[in-house]
Amino acid sequence: LCLWGHPYLNSIFLLFFFFFSLTPWVPVVGLEIHAQISSNSKLFSGSQVQFAAPPNSLVSFFDASLPGTLPVLNRRCVEAAVMTGLALNCSINKKSLFDRKHYFYADLPAGYQITQQRVPIAVNGSLSYSLCIDNKMSQMVTKTVRIKQIQLEQDSGKSLHDDVRSQTLVDLNRAGVGLMEVVMEPDMCCGEEAAAAVRELQLILQTLGSSQAVMAEGQLRVDANVSVHHPGEPYGVRTEVKNINSIRFLAKAVDYEIERQIEELESGGTILNETRAFDSKLGCTVPMRDKEGKQDYRFMPEPNLPPLILYNARSLPANMNHQQVVNIDWIHERLPDLPSVKRAKLVEQYGILPEHSFTLLNEAGLTEFFEDVIKQTQMKPKKVIGWILNDLLSYLKQHSLTVKESPVSSFLLADLLNRLEKKEISSTAAKQVFAELWKGEGKTPLEIVKEKKLQLIQDQEDLERICQAVIDGQENEVIICQCRKDGVLALPHLLGRTRSSLPGSLV
Amino acid sequence: QRCLSLIKSTKFLNAYITVAEETALKQAEESEKRYKRGQPLGVLDGIPIAVKDNFNTAGIETTCASNMLKGYISPYNATVVQKLLDQGAVLLGKTNLDEFAMGSGSTDGVFGPVRNPWSYSRQYKEKSVPKSHSEDKDSNWVITGGSSGGSAAAVSSFTCFAALGSDTGGSTRNPAAHCGVVGLKPTYGLISRHGLIPLVNSMDVPGILTRCVDDAAVVLGSLAGHDPKDSTTIQDNFKPFELSDLTDVSKLSIGIPKEYHAPGLSSEILALWSKAADLFKNAGAKVIEVSLPHTRYSIVCYHVLCTAEVASNMARFDGLEYGHRSDMNKSTESMYAATRREGFNDVVRGRILSGNYFLLKQNYENYFIKAQKVRRLIANDFVKVFGSGVDILLTPTTLSDAIPYMEFIKEDNRTRSAQDDILTQAANMAGLPAINVPTALSERGLPVGLQFIGRSFQEKQLLTVAKWFEKQVKFPMIQLDEVKRHDHGVFQHQKSASFLEHRT
Repeated sequence: LCLWGHPYLNSIFLLFFFFFSLTPWVPVVGLEIHAQISSNSKLFSGSQVQFAAPPNSLVSFFDASLPGTLPVLNRRCVEAAVMTGLALNCSINKKSLFDRKHYFYADLPAGYQITQQRVPIAVNGSLSYSLCIDNKMSQMVTKTVRIKQIQLEQDSGKSLHDDVRSQTLVDLNRAGVGLMEVVMEPDMCCGEEAAAAVRELQLILQTLGSSQAVMAEGQLRVDANVSVHHPGEPYGVRTEVKNINSIRFLAKAVDYEIERQIEELESGGTILNETRAFDSKLGCTVPMRDKEGKQDYRFMPEPNLPPLILYNARSLPANMNHQQVVNIDWIHERLPDLPSVKRAKLVEQYGILPEHSFTLLNEAGLTEFFEDVIKQTQMKPKKVIGWILNDLLSYLKQHSLTVKESPVSSFLLADLLNRLEKKEISSTAAKQVFAELWKGEGKTPLEIVKEKKLQLIQDQEDLERICQAVIDGQENEVIICQCRKDGVLALPHLLGRTRSSLPGSLV
Repeated sequence: QRCLSLIKSTKFLNAYITVAEETALKQAEESEKRYKRGQPLGVLDGIPIAVKDNFNTAGIETTCASNMLKGYISPYNATVVQKLLDQGAVLLGKTNLDEFAMGSGSTDGVFGPVRNPWSYSRQYKEKSVPKSHSEDKDSNWVITGGSSGGSAAAVSSFTCFAALGSDTGGSTRNPAAHCGVVGLKPTYGLISRHGLIPLVNSMDVPGILTRCVDDAAVVLGSLAGHDPKDSTTIQDNFKPFELSDLTDVSKLSIGIPKEYHAPGLSSEILALWSKAADLFKNAGAKVIEVSLPHTRYSIVCYHVLCTAEVASNMARFDGLEYGHRSDMNKSTESMYAATRREGFNDVVRGRILSGNYFLLKQNYENYFIKAQKVRRLIANDFVKVFGSGVDILLTPTTLSDAIPYMEFIKEDNRTRSAQDDILTQAANMAGLPAINVPTALSERGLPVGLQFIGRSFQEKQLLTVAKWFEKQVKFPMIQLDEVKRHDHGVFQHQKSASFLEHRT
């Protein structure tokens, strides 16, 4: 089964199943996403939030569950959740409640997690995301997934199992950090949709600043709920897939699980309602160590936190200290442009294609780079975008660099494009200059052009002389030349000849 | 220093778990210096106090009378402790209690039971008939009530001038009644619970034990007010008040809830209650019978809600971060299980099991939710009565005077708690302020108190009425040999050793 990580074999088997399936299968995918809130301190205590600090250096008395300590709600975390709820078109509950979810584990010092099980802070929203129909990104389709709810809850600490010394090491730095759990309804049908939805959510969170949402740093964690059923029949038993560490793995894990379930059911087996872990090395899901059968979390209202009351402009009492309240309308007014809006603006303003706008937003800093170049060049945006996406971006990807790390600045690229616009150089020469600029040796485009003698020959007489030389070099061939004011248009093979007779410059 | 030596001579009472002699002497010294400079920190500067051992005290052991926290030194002070220290109070030590405040006798802690100082009073000894010659003189001692028995005994035996207790179902008022001291349960949300190791978060309050009502008002003044560290404290500004002497009670309406004539109420106390009602009537107050119809459901309701919260609150005791940790190390789970079995007594474990049962998914609706609804009904009973013009309710605090330890332990903790809490629980369910005022001595020479229950956040009115009543009944001072020996004549001159008068 684990061979299926191989893409080629994957599609062979998929084809096989779809061909030999007795009836079609409808896969159903829902997601539970935990996003770590970007805040200075934790959800219920004043200790700092920081990635990769020395173990147990960011732990307050409350985080360590010292007896007698009480939770105090962090206002910034509430605002982050409201912002996120508004961006996802949710209804914000003006009154939400906190609950205790009980289970015993070394990384949960109090023996319970404070969460929002009865009434979460936001409900009933939606997220639109786009997929390309084929791999060429030329046709995009928009899909929507319903957001069931967003709830505030505490993160747990980290436990590391040291089997060699049979001990468990517990680091509570993360214990108590604020999380937003975003629950996406099972409206998705495959790994690609799940990945696209998560990617869009990630962009939204980063735009809002409510979470940095970097999966590699554990700021965004995704669990997938997967089931399959025949059309018209009720939903099948679902499994929960955990331990997914990147968006790419999310797509793989979901697709693997769908296929596994289909194969299991087709061969007469049943699906267990279990939790499975994704093994990224093998590319498959495996059952997780069974903890204790079904857990009863014994939910109970959190008695130390009164209901969370949020206000809007209408309900805000006149004499209320504005430090003490969270005003939903105030937050709404200050929401930044969401990715979908940004993309639409880019398309409208610059006349680029929708697919282009996706790529621009998908790469951190690329939009700013693009706009910086536009500001500094006369070249039309529709042409600039080609340079950004085909040249700059592919070089960055090849060398695994971020936009920030680009050896070619927007200034340099704009300079280069200007010369191209002014026809100082040909587009082929420009690509060569770009390659030189990429070396990051500090040379300007002008310097490189001069050095490599790439400048276009503008002088009419010079051109004629060169053409004549080429023609003379040909024997018994009829040559047709067309002379124009701005250059010479000759037949392709002649052009090639001419080209090769001049170091790097284009006729 | 007098207090410290008195503590030593009354050690047999077992009221203190930890005596912080060195720090106390240092604090007293610094207080003296401040007085010499004419700069006392406040009214409580230099006053020796004791704190129940379920409040966190930085640098001084906090055990909750449990093996689970034996040797636990907290890194922080509870807010109420900090407030007292900021006022210059001298912290003498931590007082004994039922383990984790679960109980009504102060008999079920790992440091042993607390003895009621009145067991050794001349008043009690005169009235008690020795059963046989061979009987140990000592075996007749009576309980303090609980769970703040240590604090009540400490105040009662003059080893300190005020003590902090906690009150979840009556744990401050009950021992106050049995030990003949004033026990105040403030309104829920008035005083910070930050640092009070919780029993039932939605009912716990820090309790105040003193020898007279004026003192209770003073301590309340230093403790009340919003604490940002406790989100259940109210935001309103609290203004400390001084109690005026009430001269005219004719504007008062006193309610006598008929359901508080509970089964098991001794005829003595019933008579005393009646006398007290007459006292008010004769002074011109309006005294009417009222009804709190859901009172009889409060025991089971309390049992469900209390055990559920206990199960939750005790989940943190796993031996991992602090406290007792078992040597069992085969697996995390087995370590947890062994730690908790070794660390908790039967009472605690019993409540955890019950609580978890009530919180199970299949039981939650029928038990927990139902109990919450009944709690609302109980609270509404009070709202209705107070809404109909009644200012204060007058009830007994306990069913009888303190019973001998040997008799008390014949029934288990759960049975006793269920019996003894009936008169005090409802105030916790409703979050209302209530106070025990020592009223008279029983036929056996032991204290009996009566309880006043007031409106939410109307402590001033409650204490004013209590003070008037206290003045009328003139409760006698305990006659303890040990106290006499340490006294240099100061105590004898005072009916109620109010520390306000004591300052010289």
